[in-house]
Amino acid sequence: MVTIQLLPYDEISGLTSIGRIRKLLNIAKQDKIVLLQGRLDKAEEAELIKATMEEINKEFKGIELAVIQPQTSGAFLGGVASFLLGNRSGMTVIGPASIVKKIKKDPNKIELFTQENKKRKR
Amino acid sequence: MEWLKKLWSKVNFWSVRQNFKLGLYGPPNSGKTTLANRICVDWLGTELGSVSPIPHETREIQVKESIVIKNKDGKELQFNLVDTPGIATRIDFEDFLKHGMNEKTAKKRAREATKGVIDSIKWLDEVDTVIVVLDSTMDPFSQVNVTILGNLQARNIPVLIAANKVDLRRSKIKRVEAAFPQYPVIGISARTGKHMTDFYEQLFKLAKR
Repeated sequence: MVTIQLLPYDEISGLTSIGRIRKLLNIAKQDKIVLLQGRLDKAEEAELIKATMEEINKEFKGIELAVIQPQTSGAFLGGVASFLLGNRSGMTVIGPASIVKKIKKDPNKIELFTQENKKRKR
Repeated sequence: MEWLKKLWSKVNFWSVRQNFKLGLYGPPNSGKTTLANRICVDWLGTELGSVSPIPHETREIQVKESIVIKNKDGKELQFNLVDTPGIATRIDFEDFLKHGMNEKTAKKRAREATKGVIDSIKWLDEVDTVIVVLDSTMDPFSQVNVTILGNLQARNIPVLIAANKVDLRRSKIKRVEAAFPQYPVIGISARTGKHMTDFYEQLFKLAKR
């Protein structure tokens, strides 16, 4: 069975970078797939990978990670959307590697393949 | 005299940067060490590190200092080459067992590989210019690639994407170009040396930025 936890951006907006990373990683370590409304910034993404590596052990094999950004029709509109929404735009998927085999991504969609039955979930 | 040289290099817009740290970044098995070896053999006559079809062969940062390359106009470019372990979000020792390793060796490799990824990320603050080496036979839209490029952009580090393994039939450079249109992309084969002359010319252009 796969458990998906939806996480509104408000739940991490008040946290420090370290706090956000810890929260996301802790959920993934509970064998849940996190669907975060919004995204981390680039430095936080790199820190998330670093923190993941520090946590890897016999049980926890790491994560699969994908961020999807909404397409905007131009640089100006994209800039405005980014200014208004900040990191709340887009969506982030984080899943434990023991459950998520692969997240296939193109700019407009995310496909998530699980380890258990290797069938496409979405 | 040293300060005068530094001042001249700052006001001389036509000069290329010298003695910078050139980092090779990318996911595991994209050919970073093969490219590092190619550069070292071409200009120094010796290799830098070992390569293997098993992922995470490079698990420590490797630096080769004072590599001097020349372009067709006779201009020289000097840099320190930094070969980094591949960045990944998952490392499972059981994956190494499939390559015929025993459990003890596989676990050791996995442990070293996690440390290697951490070191690679730490070194993002140390490098001045970066070649992101991608396997052109693989899907370029992986989050690791996006995260590496995003972090380099945030640090204002000049980037060239080397779409490696163009000697393989499954290679699709157009797919890499389409994925990252804001970056210069050059198709190469570090293994066979294909397009390496063009690669070195691009390196000179990159060093001017």
